[in-house]
Amino acid sequence: MTIDTSAAPSELRHPGSPAARFGSLDWNWLGVVPFLAFAFLFLIGPVLYLVAGAFQNAEGQFTFANIVALGSPNIVASFSLTIRLSLLSAFMGALAGLLLGQAVILGGLPVWVRGAFTTFSGVASNFAGVPLAFAFIATLGRLGLVTVLLKDLFGINLYASGFNLFSFLGVSLVYLYFQLPLMFLIIAPALDGLRAEWREAAEILGATRRQYWRMVGLPVLLPTILGCFLLLFANAFGTLATVYALMGSGFDVVPIVLFQQIRGNVLYNPNLGYALALGMVVIMGVSNTAYLILRNRAERWQK
Amino acid sequence: MKQRFPLVPLLTALFAASFFIVPLIATFYFSLKMTRGELGFAAYASVFRSADFLQTISYSTIASLVAIAVGAVIIVPTAYWVRLKVPKLRPVVEFISLLPLIVPPVVLVFGYIRLFGSNSWLPLTASTSGTDVLLVIGYVVLSMPYMFRAVDNGMAAIDISTLTEAAESLGASRLRTIALVIFPNVRAAIISGAFLTFSISLGEFVLASLLNRPAFGPYLVQLGQDRAYEPAALAIMSFAFTWGCMALMQLFATRKPGQRWLPRAAQRITP
Repeated sequence: MTIDTSAAPSELRHPGSPAARFGSLDWNWLGVVPFLAFAFLFLIGPVLYLVAGAFQNAEGQFTFANIVALGSPNIVASFSLTIRLSLLSAFMGALAGLLLGQAVILGGLPVWVRGAFTTFSGVASNFAGVPLAFAFIATLGRLGLVTVLLKDLFGINLYASGFNLFSFLGVSLVYLYFQLPLMFLIIAPALDGLRAEWREAAEILGATRRQYWRMVGLPVLLPTILGCFLLLFANAFGTLATVYALMGSGFDVVPIVLFQQIRGNVLYNPNLGYALALGMVVIMGVSNTAYLILRNRAERWQK
Repeated sequence: MKQRFPLVPLLTALFAASFFIVPLIATFYFSLKMTRGELGFAAYASVFRSADFLQTISYSTIASLVAIAVGAVIIVPTAYWVRLKVPKLRPVVEFISLLPLIVPPVVLVFGYIRLFGSNSWLPLTASTSGTDVLLVIGYVVLSMPYMFRAVDNGMAAIDISTLTEAAESLGASRLRTIALVIFPNVRAAIISGAFLTFSISLGEFVLASLLNRPAFGPYLVQLGQDRAYEPAALAIMSFAFTWGCMALMQLFATRKPGQRWLPRAAQRITP
């Protein structure tokens, strides 16, 4: 961490600068106005417009009808599908990332292994979207290389045995390709923060490896793991391009429903679209905020 | 603890590595099989011969580059000003810059279409050039969290108040200070943020598709529906491209002005 010493002393050192003479607070505040104006116009404004629209009917009068309409069966089904998919993919990502982190960072493997995984994870966590879907279709699609190899070499017919890339499980497997590296990257500092002294102390007191993890390691890591889980959840919840390229427009996760609604008003109610957008922002906002709170809590142990 | 042979960690690492690598190998191999009975780069040749590919990739490249420039012009002065003069506003600016992580792109573009629609007060979507502007602005917003963090880290590494004082005592105006002193000093940070922005916006699908612009992302989706081998070739190229962007980003992020190619660990010792 670099300590920020730049701001305050500069103000003290030259009180006669132009900034101070004009009545320092007002003048200085103006310097941030272009950024705030841009953010308000192109980030906050559009979202507020949708939020306001979610509480209006077609004539512009205030109503809760759109929020109530979120309870209609097809929308509930769509939210439920998205939440289940995000939960499963976040769970898989968090578990696999934790195991990989534990193995690579604490498992006594050579240092270069960790370096290689870190570098690769930086790339893979950003390798989402349409190309990722293509890669998995070429690998595990009906004519994908692994599918064909398994059939030709080992006589295992993946698709006959119930596997399908273009399914709920298939999508979460594809998501794992960016969730696992993301988890690995964000859990690594916490694993580094597990002090060797704690483990030694536990061993001297006669704890087994399992007892150490159950009573020291995991409780210390728990806020971090939960926080990362929520971040992965939000990450999966907002994913559109990957799942759209894989499943097409018929797979009713919330982002795709909203996408279709913007394209062609498939819900036959523009204001219901606003409510859907509001629902997405609320879920993303809650999970991201909880992530930040848990991260602050976890940092207690890392000082 | 007794030093055992790390069998379980080794197996875990191997399993994870194969999960990462097998799809890449499979996709690469698949992309070579376009010509029946032999392996070759026919799919890649087919991609590069396509006029649509060249058009969409140039359109997206230009849009991404403009977004990077606009983003730098908005974020560098703001980050500088907040650090130097109004540290009180820092949490506000930081929070706003992180908002795009909470607002999904599909929601953002939905707001754009409604707020800047053809019969609104600022009808950007009514004209082609207006929609182009909106797409670029959208990319600026999407990249704001990464750009702000990169630039802010860059500013933390240099002593901006001393640099500002030096520039001022030599008679430079505020604008001149930012353009000729601060900008060059955080250039590496900007470039590092720029590569991340580039890798995000080049293949971006949602904004481009809903704003109906001829960008690379929508072209990719269309190609995925029409062809078998070209998408695999593009996936491989796009992975290589992402890898290149990340490598360059790392390179520039760890590099500080004056101390050209020194590794970061060596500089961390003094806080």
